[in-house]
Amino acid sequence: MELLSGGEMIARALEDEGVEYIFGYPGGAVLHIYDALFKSNKVPHILVRHEQAATHAADGYARATGKPGVVLVTSGPGATNAVTGIATAYMDSIPMVVLSGQVQSHLIGEDAFQETDMVGISRPIVKHSFQVRKAEDLPATIKKAFHIAASGRPGPVVVDIPKDITRPDEKFEYHYPESVKIRSYSPAQRGHTGQIKKAARMLLGAKRPVIYAGGGVIQGEGSDLLVELAQQLNYPVTNTLMGLGAYPGSDRQFLGMLGMHGFYEANMAMHHSDVILAVGARFDDRVTNTVSKFCPGAKIVHIDVDPASISKTVAADIPIVGPVTSVLRELIDQVSAHQEKDAELPDAAALGRWWDQIEEWRASHGLWTGRRYAESESIMPQQVIESLYRATNGDAYVTSDVGQHQMFAAQYYKFDKPRRWINSGGLGTMGFGLPAAMGVKLAFPDIDVACVTGEGSIQMNIQELSTCTQYNTPFKIINLRNNYLGMVKQWQDMQYEGRYAMSTYEDSLPDFMKLVESFGHVGIEVRKLEDLDAAMEEAFAMKDKLVFVDVFIDPMEHVYPMHIAPNGSMKDMWLSKNERT
Amino acid sequence: MRRIISILMENEPGALSRVVGLFSQRGYNIETLNVAATEDPTLSRLTLTTAGDDKTIEQITKHLNKIVDVVKLVDLTEGAHIERDLMLIKVRAQGVARDEVKRTTDIFRGQIVDVGPNVYTIQLTGTSDKLDSFVAAMGDATILEVVRSGVAGIARGEKVLSL
Repeated sequence: MELLSGGEMIARALEDEGVEYIFGYPGGAVLHIYDALFKSNKVPHILVRHEQAATHAADGYARATGKPGVVLVTSGPGATNAVTGIATAYMDSIPMVVLSGQVQSHLIGEDAFQETDMVGISRPIVKHSFQVRKAEDLPATIKKAFHIAASGRPGPVVVDIPKDITRPDEKFEYHYPESVKIRSYSPAQRGHTGQIKKAARMLLGAKRPVIYAGGGVIQGEGSDLLVELAQQLNYPVTNTLMGLGAYPGSDRQFLGMLGMHGFYEANMAMHHSDVILAVGARFDDRVTNTVSKFCPGAKIVHIDVDPASISKTVAADIPIVGPVTSVLRELIDQVSAHQEKDAELPDAAALGRWWDQIEEWRASHGLWTGRRYAESESIMPQQVIESLYRATNGDAYVTSDVGQHQMFAAQYYKFDKPRRWINSGGLGTMGFGLPAAMGVKLAFPDIDVACVTGEGSIQMNIQELSTCTQYNTPFKIINLRNNYLGMVKQWQDMQYEGRYAMSTYEDSLPDFMKLVESFGHVGIEVRKLEDLDAAMEEAFAMKDKLVFVDVFIDPMEHVYPMHIAPNGSMKDMWLSKNERT
Repeated sequence: MRRIISILMENEPGALSRVVGLFSQRGYNIETLNVAATEDPTLSRLTLTTAGDDKTIEQITKHLNKIVDVVKLVDLTEGAHIERDLMLIKVRAQGVARDEVKRTTDIFRGQIVDVGPNVYTIQLTGTSDKLDSFVAAMGDATILEVVRSGVAGIARGEKVLSL
């Protein structure tokens, strides 16, 4: 058997695990590991400019590929800088393994230089964490970390590694386990058949059904089965912000996103439904509006791999704990079996009336059509997303930051495939989009990648433009430039009588053209609508260049629909600045 | 409603903080907490009492089960069970109070485990209610110090919480 040092075992374990990229930043506590990585030279390492970006890049990579993202940071500030990115991944159930350096074992607890209790700091935002005490434990611990991160409901796992156990002069027998068994960890492998049978009956008995699918369908690779079930039944489907792409966005049966900024027809259909099939979704407060008024006439079937997500905010009538693939497969089989026995299921007449109603909603208050803004001379933000959609044939990976631009992208880019829409839904982390796009572009160099952002968000990790130069990640940044923190401004318009407390930059913004050019990238400024499509096409035609498209938009535009809160239900929405349901 | 949840967990550093952290993180209450190793040195047994409606308790047990270090758990209050809390209580024992404290201790089947010229230290075991009653029964006697172990519990009959 081979003898390796602790540092070498880590490098080899990552190689044996099939890791494609490590995103990280060196420092004192991890120098032995970096030296081992340098010498073995097997797994490419991406040097970011700030550890937060390492976690977001690994996260973007994980969301796009389905494989765990890998991060390597040093102790102390390296570890704490990674915390926001770990929390981002945790909230959205993204598989990630974060290796953090730690001071030498004998110094732990002595407030040593660059010491921080990373296991303690990260505890509420990780699926699990380890502090490795002996070098011999490294391979098995790393295997466990990948196993826990990727299985069940995925999430980030921190492995904290004291410097002394990675020292080069102490060698140990290396063996990387094929698999691990953890007696206290066994995520559900399949759903309860009796419950699935009941669910099939309830679904087929529905007169006003809705399928409400979330990010779990994407994480659990269940999109194909979701489409099969929905199309077999001809039931309408709505996706959460995290679930966009789980059901094809351009399909007739798709009602659009639901929730706070959801489509009118999606929220209305939910509110008036009699049966909701929730799959891999968690009845988040941004979906439900006031929980006590949520969908008063609906029976709820809830499928999730995480039992704690079921009946957390809204009680499920038929809870089913299990992986989305096996549960949906069994559910489709049960539905088919029922339909073979009784061809009258589901009630075609009732379903026809339901679709008529939905089409009426869709026609009356569908998304923005431009009619209210004919007088505006500015480019509307919605038009920018539509232009991006055309330029990329609706087939790009789109990352976003957080704010109005995120909602416009979610509403107007019709995602037809899972994993194409990459945003920080749960934590709402500004600064996510640019590093996430780096991770996506590294994973898929031949596919168009766009980062939709705003001046606020982009400045939160703009230092990564330098990383993009170093590793040549030619994605496109679409900046919706309104010179405000747009979503903050929208709330201030609606709830604070237009007092813009700290939501403007007062002419302090950089010249983004000069800024991106200084990193070797290309900048394009768009101020007129007639230039928009050409600029977008020009940007995507530059295959080997990162292009920053700075589009000056109408600063007064708000995102609609918008749930009326507090005390509103799913159906209570602002439809524009002066129309409401 | 008051519940007694008993947890078998890995005897690993950090396991206890994960369990306790869950309660503060999600706004649940811990009323008592008791943890020690078991006959299997790789496992510890943690027993806690908490209160909440059925929905809250369901969430608590689901989230506890999600903690990777938690091997198994049981809500003892769902079935017949035995619970014990241990109290050491130091009271001033002077003059007439000295006899009175002794009598009350006997009534509660407690033991005086340390005697000083002015103080008694009494040991008492039982349900939390019984210990509360004893404290109330001390009446006018001056209580100097109270220390309680927190509830430990076990199911009645054949049922066991083990691997």
